[in-house]
Amino acid sequence: MMEARKSVKKSWYVHLLLFTGTVLMIFPFIWMFLSAFKTDLDVFSYPPKWLPSTWTLENFPRVLEMVPFVRYYLNSIVVTSSITFGQVFLSILAAYALARLHFPGKTAVTILLLSTMIMPFQVTLVPMFMIVYKFGWIDTYQGLIVPFLFSGFSIFFLRQFFVTIPKDLEDAAKIDGCGYFGILFNVIMPNSKAPIGTISLFVFLTHWRSYLWPLVVTNSPEMRTLPVGLKYFVEEGGTQYNLMMAASLMAIIPVLIVYIVAERHLVKSTTLTGLKF
Amino acid sequence: MKKREHRETVVAYVCLAPALILAVVFMIVPMIMVFYISFSNWDFVNPVKNFVGLKNYVYIFSDEKFLKSIRNTLYFAGVKIPLDLVISLFVAVLLDKKIRMKKFYRVSYFAPVVTPMVAVALIWIWLFDPTFGPFNQILSFVGLKPLKWLYDPNWAMPSVILFSLWKGLGYDIIIFLAGLQSIPTHLIEAAYIDGANSRQAFFKVTLPLLSPIVYFVVLMGIINSFKVFTQISVMTPRGGPLYSTGVMVFYIYQQAFENYRMGRASAASLVLFCMVIALTQIQKRLGRKSVEYS
Repeated sequence: MMEARKSVKKSWYVHLLLFTGTVLMIFPFIWMFLSAFKTDLDVFSYPPKWLPSTWTLENFPRVLEMVPFVRYYLNSIVVTSSITFGQVFLSILAAYALARLHFPGKTAVTILLLSTMIMPFQVTLVPMFMIVYKFGWIDTYQGLIVPFLFSGFSIFFLRQFFVTIPKDLEDAAKIDGCGYFGILFNVIMPNSKAPIGTISLFVFLTHWRSYLWPLVVTNSPEMRTLPVGLKYFVEEGGTQYNLMMAASLMAIIPVLIVYIVAERHLVKSTTLTGLKF
Repeated sequence: MKKREHRETVVAYVCLAPALILAVVFMIVPMIMVFYISFSNWDFVNPVKNFVGLKNYVYIFSDEKFLKSIRNTLYFAGVKIPLDLVISLFVAVLLDKKIRMKKFYRVSYFAPVVTPMVAVALIWIWLFDPTFGPFNQILSFVGLKPLKWLYDPNWAMPSVILFSLWKGLGYDIIIFLAGLQSIPTHLIEAAYIDGANSRQAFFKVTLPLLSPIVYFVVLMGIINSFKVFTQISVMTPRGGPLYSTGVMVFYIYQQAFENYRMGRASAASLVLFCMVIALTQIQKRLGRKSVEYS
């Protein structure tokens, strides 16, 4: 009671602090949004103009003309979807074996898979690149996708949930004539929709923003993903800030829409996985 | 019975085979190779690769740029982690109160976390622009001297840190918020009944109960600071004025993919790995006192 009254009385200053913070957090987005519609003249006016003097849509077609932006987008979609689908599928299979099956060598396999999580990707970057180079996969989709179809984290994340499914369900399915894969597809997977959804979202967001690997493994502009394409756009486009903002806006909009729609789910999956994308 | 066990083993290995093959080829083999390459003169141009002993290590430790990249990485971690901790904890405590518009605040603080790094780094390049950027305009509006931001050797790193704080803050806020909400309210109420004021309740009850999460946030902060690369590469493509933002991963990238010195890059990678291990071990020692509650 007393606490509640106190919080109402003091809430104006809480709001003031939080609102100031909010303004600082979303100011860059507002600046981007307004500036994507500025003319060249507005960009190089001194002092800087906050609002466009005339709103123009010219910047968007100009970006598309300067760089194969649509291609970057498609590359990002193809690469990220393939990694997400492949990695989640392979992780489900592996997690099923580790969680529900008995077989000789289980401890050794578990240790081997766990040991892949010791070194961060940045440390093994050079030899990974050399292996992909040996395979002749530089500047190809295989090179962008295949090394990330395995993830120890995804496997053990799913395993945690798979072990909690009651054995009774499995036995009932066995009596109904289900084989091992029948149990996986009819019992384990339908009962793990939430963790599978969480890990899929997490893998998708991680690889949608992936930068270092696509940067080193692609050479030609046609193979660049969105983040790498944007980086080269800055390097080659110089200080055409309004075009940069138009490009940035086009890259951010879909993510921001997904975020606003699925905010609750995303925040939950962040606290659940404890990993940063 | 025997047959069934046999079949189970076959099924298990069929399920594990793709993961195991990929794990060995793209994770385990590279983990072994990185040691091997660091002792050889592998340079991509010359097909001959000889064992050169510690030559790569001797080279990088006498390379001014590498030493600077270690200092820069420590600078980044040392400034960013404490600031991040204090600000995100403060915001989380405010968001934990019974207030309106909670969702609006949470959405806006978390927005930079979900947006792709490169796309938002582009915005900040303009915000930092010494002539045409709004930051300097605001500085001169409040009567402060304008800065050269990313173009000033002394300010380039603080600028990148400022950006990184903005980008990552929301994540730690969410983590702290989840922690605060899991603290049983009766423990805090008990402190108030015992006559504690809100400051005492926070420092004597809430914060100790939150210590496992503080520990987690610092640990992730250390690991992520040592991996920092994207914003450096986008905002300061050459590693900043006088290499003032060249961090360790950036040095590795340059050695491997600009100079094609795979041996030196691998040696630097292993130094990075050892430093992360060492720092997390130190933190583990220091963080042993964390409080458990049920």
